[in-house]
Amino acid sequence: MTLFPPTFAVALHALRRNLVRSALTTLGIVIGVGAVIAMVEIGQGSKRAVAESIQSLGANNLLVMPGQASSGGVSFGGGSTPTLTPGDADAIVREVSSAVAVAPVVRARTQVIAGGKNWVPLYIYGTTSDFLSVRDWAVADGRAFAPAENNGMANVCLVGRTIARQLFGSASPLDQTLRVNNTPLRVIGVLVAKGANTFGADQDDIVLAPWQTIKFKVSGQSAQTANQSVAAAAGATGNSSTRFPSQQPSPYPLQTATEAADFPAPPLPTFVDQILVRIGDEADIPGATRQISVLLRERHRTRSNQPDDFNIRDTAELSSAAVATAQLMSGLLLAVSLISLVVGGVGIMNIMLVSVTERTKEIGLRMAVGARPKDILWQFLVEAIVLCLAGGAVGILCGWGGAWAVRTFLHWRTEPSIPAVIAAVGVSAFVGVAFGFYPAWKASRLDPIDALRYE
Amino acid sequence: MELITVKDVWKTYRVGGEDLHVLKGVSMNVRRGELVALTGSSGGGKSTLMNTLGCLDRPTSGNYWLDNVDVSGLDPSARAVTRGRKIGFVFQNFSLLARTSALDNVLMPLTYATQRPTPADGRKRAVALLERVGLANRMDHYPSQLSGGQQQRVAIARALVNNPALLLADEPTGNLDSKTSVEILDMFKRLNAEEGLTVLLVTHDPAVAATAHRVIFMKDGLIESGAFAPELAGEST
Ligand SMILES: Nc1ncnc2c1ncn2[C@@H]1O[C@H](COP(=O)(O)OP(=O)(O)OP(=O)(O)O)[C@@H](O)[C@H]1O
Ligand SMILES: [Mg+2]
Repeated sequence: MTLFPPTFAVALHALRRNLVRSALTTLGIVIGVGAVIAMVEIGQGSKRAVAESIQSLGANNLLVMPGQASSGGVSFGGGSTPTLTPGDADAIVREVSSAVAVAPVVRARTQVIAGGKNWVPLYIYGTTSDFLSVRDWAVADGRAFAPAENNGMANVCLVGRTIARQLFGSASPLDQTLRVNNTPLRVIGVLVAKGANTFGADQDDIVLAPWQTIKFKVSGQSAQTANQSVAAAAGATGNSSTRFPSQQPSPYPLQTATEAADFPAPPLPTFVDQILVRIGDEADIPGATRQISVLLRERHRTRSNQPDDFNIRDTAELSSAAVATAQLMSGLLLAVSLISLVVGGVGIMNIMLVSVTERTKEIGLRMAVGARPKDILWQFLVEAIVLCLAGGAVGILCGWGGAWAVRTFLHWRTEPSIPAVIAAVGVSAFVGVAFGFYPAWKASRLDPIDALRYE
Repeated sequence: MELITVKDVWKTYRVGGEDLHVLKGVSMNVRRGELVALTGSSGGGKSTLMNTLGCLDRPTSGNYWLDNVDVSGLDPSARAVTRGRKIGFVFQNFSLLARTSALDNVLMPLTYATQRPTPADGRKRAVALLERVGLANRMDHYPSQLSGGQQQRVAIARALVNNPALLLADEPTGNLDSKTSVEILDMFKRLNAEEGLTVLLVTHDPAVAATAHRVIFMKDGLIESGAFAPELAGEST
């Protein structure tokens, strides 16, 4: 087809002659394509960021939470009844083969004091050293809990970077003592920094201690001193009688050696707040979830017509929810950008119609000297397509610029996307054809005599 | 040998529900190499006939052979090809592309030519034509920088760039003063004499008409006189 090149040149010439108008005409496409590119890059970036921070929460983790209590149809929400015991955790390790590590967790929230400074950590977890394997977390300085410490009430703890910085500044926290609710804990290790999680919570703001220490020494007291500020205001922290916990009546009676000898039956169940399970292979998660569910129903003697008294959540669920949210957002933004592309296309069509009317005489002349209707059609179609493609190219640059600005000034994460660029080029060419066709067709249908006479 | 043969051509427009017969059974011919003037009263249908002869329009009924091909039934696309190949137009109002140099104006029809010369050849031909019409030093001028006579010469060069067999000019001197008109007319005569180009021009000026080989006189959609070329001696039908 030898027709294309000269018509193409005519179209380019016409565009160049009205450079400012051409530029303004295609502005809608520039903005539309720029918005699409920027949105896709930012959307991909945030999706990746979400996925990665979910990963850092601990991949392949199952979280077993106590079930919700309900009374007379009123539900109290997840975790409102204690049902999980450390025995459950041990049973999961024993029975579920795909569970590579299991850690019971007891939570507390109270003030931590070291030297002259105090701090309320985001997380105070009573657990075992398995917690570190579950969360894929390493000790940077010092050591993890020794096996003997895991199941005793040793006054030791591991701290996250934030705690180390807040309480000890630049000095090494190792072998320092911090008081958690008046229980002195010796720092035996500092955890590797993990940063903020998906939801912006600082994961390094954490104190880990053996779970019995938290359960019986720290929480045992915090029941009475739940309101730290009131307690502090009352000067209770200075009272030497509260410094050591055993003088206070504990709601959870501790077994003495004599008692243990006298009552060999299992002790009263002590409850934990959650059990974290790490599954070796992501593919085993559904199977493991089922196994744990069966195991726990059996251990809790749940009748078959009763609902579970626990919940099992996996982080995949969490991550898919977060990713879905990110995806929804970027989908919406993309839809808005696509609408602006359509608006840009309508702008092109409008100007092309004006241009056809304005150049009626020229069209008549071209027809008189031998231009066939399809030559005229091509000429105007090529004009519209070139306008759109040029707009698309500039729009891609603008989109990259926008993504760069967001990355540099807002520190958002962006991901370059080749498919987005290809789609942008395709869409702008499509817009050119779709919205350029009608004006071009109109031009090609002009009667040469009428067109020549047109004033 | 006839370049144009028209037989009983009617052109009817429908205006306001009534048929308006503009051409009422026109028959005529033009031989190759003739210079024919078409004249007559205003509204007599000269421009309509020229448009039909130029394949810009098709007759309502009747037949038209151009170069021995019946072109009266062609579709718009085929008529466009015929125009590009065989016909050059010169209009009363010059009809040059604005903000386009004289040279580019002359080159424009080549864009749509079926046998397109290479850009270099096309350029050479356009330059030669502009030299021929006396505009060797005005090639890069825009129409707005040229006088009316110069613009019409550019239009003539443009009409010739495709080597047409027939040149149709509807009142080519209508917008020009008498001195310039004479120059333009001389150009037509020279082209006719030197290249054997067949020229058909519409004019209201009896002096112009007098210089032609033959004058066709039209009135109210009919040719009153001069419709057919005289039989040439020694030529058999
Ligand atoms: N498109 C059309 N629709 C309706 N009537 C038309 C049309 N074109 C021309 N006519 C009519 O045809 C008649 C002849 O017009 P034409 O332009 O051929 O005259 P003309 O001989 O060229 O006149 P002039 O010497 O003034 O240019 C006129 O009465 C005009 O009104
Ligand atoms: Mg006329």
